[in-house]
Amino acid sequence: MDFLILNDGTPWLSILLFLPLGGAVVQMLLPGDKAARLWAMLVTIATAVISLPLYFKFDPNTALYQFGENHVWIPSLNIHYTLGVDGISLLLVLMTTLLMPLCVLGSWRYIQKRVKEFMVCLLLMESFMLGVFMALDFVLFYVLWEAMLIPMYLLIGVWGGPRKIYASIKFFLYTLAGSVMLLVAIIALYLKTGSFSIPAMMGQDYSAVFQTWVFLAFFLAFAIKVPMFPFHTWLPAAHVEAPTAGSVILASVLLKMGTYGFLRFCLPITPLASFTFMPYVLWLSVAGILYGGFTALAQSDMKKLIAYSSVGHMGFVTLGIFMLNGQGVEGAILQMINHGITTGALFLCVGMIYERTHSRELSSAMGVGQYMPIYVTFLAFFSLSSLAFPATNSFVGEFLILAGAFAKNKVVAACAIPGAILAAAYMFRMLQKVVWGGTSNPDQSYLSDLNLREIVTLAPLLFFVFWIGLAPKPFMNVMHTSVTHLLNQVNVAQAGGAVTVAKVLLP
Amino acid sequence: MNPMLFAPELALLFGSLLLFFLSLSSGSGGRQARNMTLAIALVAVVLTFAGFSQQGSLFYAVYKVDQFSQLFKLLIGCGLVVVLLFGGELKGVSDEVRPEYYLFLLLSTLGLVMLVSSVELLTFFIALELSSYSLYLLVPMRDDRTGVRSQMEAAIKYILFGVVATGVMLFGMSYLFGLTGTTYFSELLPKLHAMGGQPAAVVGIVMVMGGFFYKLGVFPFHFWVPDVYQGSSNETTAFIASVPKLGAVAMLIRITTLVAPHSVMVVNLLMGLAVASMFYGNLVALVQKDVKRMLGFSGIAHAGFVLLGLLTLQESGYATSMYYIFGYVVMNLACFLVICKVSGQGENVMIEDLSGLHKRAPLLALTLGVGMFALAGIPPFVGFMGKFMLLTGALQQGHLTLVILAALNTAIAIYYYLSVVRVAFCNDPEERPLVPVDGVTGVVSIGLMVIIIAMGVAPAGVLSMATEALRAIL
Repeated sequence: MDFLILNDGTPWLSILLFLPLGGAVVQMLLPGDKAARLWAMLVTIATAVISLPLYFKFDPNTALYQFGENHVWIPSLNIHYTLGVDGISLLLVLMTTLLMPLCVLGSWRYIQKRVKEFMVCLLLMESFMLGVFMALDFVLFYVLWEAMLIPMYLLIGVWGGPRKIYASIKFFLYTLAGSVMLLVAIIALYLKTGSFSIPAMMGQDYSAVFQTWVFLAFFLAFAIKVPMFPFHTWLPAAHVEAPTAGSVILASVLLKMGTYGFLRFCLPITPLASFTFMPYVLWLSVAGILYGGFTALAQSDMKKLIAYSSVGHMGFVTLGIFMLNGQGVEGAILQMINHGITTGALFLCVGMIYERTHSRELSSAMGVGQYMPIYVTFLAFFSLSSLAFPATNSFVGEFLILAGAFAKNKVVAACAIPGAILAAAYMFRMLQKVVWGGTSNPDQSYLSDLNLREIVTLAPLLFFVFWIGLAPKPFMNVMHTSVTHLLNQVNVAQAGGAVTVAKVLLP
Repeated sequence: MNPMLFAPELALLFGSLLLFFLSLSSGSGGRQARNMTLAIALVAVVLTFAGFSQQGSLFYAVYKVDQFSQLFKLLIGCGLVVVLLFGGELKGVSDEVRPEYYLFLLLSTLGLVMLVSSVELLTFFIALELSSYSLYLLVPMRDDRTGVRSQMEAAIKYILFGVVATGVMLFGMSYLFGLTGTTYFSELLPKLHAMGGQPAAVVGIVMVMGGFFYKLGVFPFHFWVPDVYQGSSNETTAFIASVPKLGAVAMLIRITTLVAPHSVMVVNLLMGLAVASMFYGNLVALVQKDVKRMLGFSGIAHAGFVLLGLLTLQESGYATSMYYIFGYVVMNLACFLVICKVSGQGENVMIEDLSGLHKRAPLLALTLGVGMFALAGIPPFVGFMGKFMLLTGALQQGHLTLVILAALNTAIAIYYYLSVVRVAFCNDPEERPLVPVDGVTGVVSIGLMVIIIAMGVAPAGVLSMATEALRAIL
């Protein structure tokens, strides 16, 4: 286990994994809705607080996995319970723990029926999501990755909107169908290396054909999760029908698992194939950016608008990852965090207006600025962040990605640029309607502005929007060594002469 | 002779006699019979447990008690107890015939318990027939509520296909005897191995397997499954769908050990049957409306999965098959528990009848959800771990195409399991009544859920127990 720095005696990661899980079990025994809300709040805040030391104790000068834990789980198949975080997963873990209390807070009044079960699902989701980012054993990873489908399915299917059945089944089938081949690829890798340890699978000398098949199996699973064009069709349905907290979890954390999968598995385990398929992935990303942007422009449902904008933003992330250079990948990781914060906040905002008007239609939210000044202030900042306005978080991420893209290939980069302009177009269109509307606004005088709970929900996210926007250094620092290490792993393959059609597809 | 070796069988046998006398007395003794059966089953389980580490052979060495047989006997006994606990009301069977019903249920279990211990072809046959004929009689005992006597149709189909399968098996046995001149397993094994892949030996072994493919519901011996599942009363189906499958897998493992190593023909044949069972079961299950019928087709698909472990011809493969069938029985019992409870008067349960179960009986809805997701192979439940290990074992032997087809089947199957969960959790109950859950059922369903999760999260214990048991027969 030379890739792992064991923890200093306190199993931080196990605590993070099992605290929400234990909280969910206790939750089942608690009576009453109020107790359910308070208990879920308590558990998620405790998890968030416990995750903080990870940042402070994290050593940014090593690419090894830190806070490691390693126990034998199933000896006959050499399966271990291995946890650890590096610069790539650390921020994702912290973002997840930050968002979960806000999800609970955002569902405080929105969820009125079966509160206890709802909170149980949220806590289970938190546990599984954190586990996915921390797992260093492929079986552990896969178990958590699939187990997550059950609470997410219930979140959409039970507490969702009018078309919840269609949306939840589509989500489940799509994601599961994508992952079955992942399982076959995992077993094939195990038979090659004799271990399910993820770091032990990296940097092995697999044949090009083997890498190609494994890459394709990985790609299908992760591209569906991201979701990349043309695998995105489950996303608008699921986002729109999910309750607010479900949309936030989906957009902020679940989508990141796809891109995290590319970084953690595709690039280091199948570097040769990553080079071979790079041009295709880049063009799919560009297609996603433009398609997401244009489709968002045409939406009249606010949630749908933000859902399609996610397709575009995640296109930028995959674009950055498959640039395979330092700026691109670092920008992509930062953009994953940014998208989590900004889009999560936007979904919370839509949820707040929905609680008041019971409609997600843009036309029924016209002109609320007059009666809800605090609300539209928040909304404006988050919208600016979403379109990558300078001094907000997304600007830093997108700038890095585009800088990396121009360094690599000017044609692809130039094709992605309209995506940034489209983002401004659809965000300003929404903002204009919500803040001012037109001459035919519906009567909004009955609306009350945000209360303290809602302000507390949004304020931390706004804080991070500006913190990352103005001083991204603390966030960039932790990932730098890991990203460099990752790119070294990939470039070894390139030096070995990867066959690439890059000449044709990337002029 | 050490009496402990045969104690569970004796307990079941005397129990059956008691029930026989009870059935002679006039007046309905349904409740009494059920309590007596439960007590006998518990005694048998306790006796098996007490004699768990016993070893020895009986009756001129045709009957062998070892770790392997004891493990299966214990599970068969526990399966019976669970079925009796949640199916105690026996809603679909009239009170008059209940003593007989329980008599045949016990005899069938006795047959299974004897089956896993027999190491000689004729003993094998007798034990199997004892178990099968008792089951054939349970099916038509259901009340005729539809007016079309569907239980009779089911029983006739069950018995006809059963007899054909038995015929095939006997024919195979004659081949084995003709080739080797013995009916003892211990002598068959070296002789058949020495013959290698000789076609006559292969045909003989495969035909003997046929008898157990029938019990397990493997394509092409599956035709009885949907009709019998649908036609028998819920409690009977719960038994047929779970306990005899333990015996079938135990015997299939024993017979598979007769196959000469590297016998490509048998492996290819099993592979073909596995793929056919999985695709047939899963695709047809997609359109079912009756939950029991759907579970029947899903059982065919799962039988295909069990073959995945057998066709590796490795000890580890057999161990995963055992693990899988143990898990399957638990998951299946969890689902049938819900069916038995939701059914008000013993009628069949349609998928829509489960609407809003989360409001009508939250615990049952949870049990159903866990059972269905486990059957679908979603982690952290036992179904996933079993599938995962079976796929690993099969890929280890280089069966890549088979593994990919099996993985695709997981994706197909999720749809119909999910549609049951959807109806139970996402639909409103409308006018459907509440489902009362008594304490015993509650405890049993929680127990089943705990086993499903525990076996999925920590499979190492069960797996090493299975491996140890296999050492006794290999």
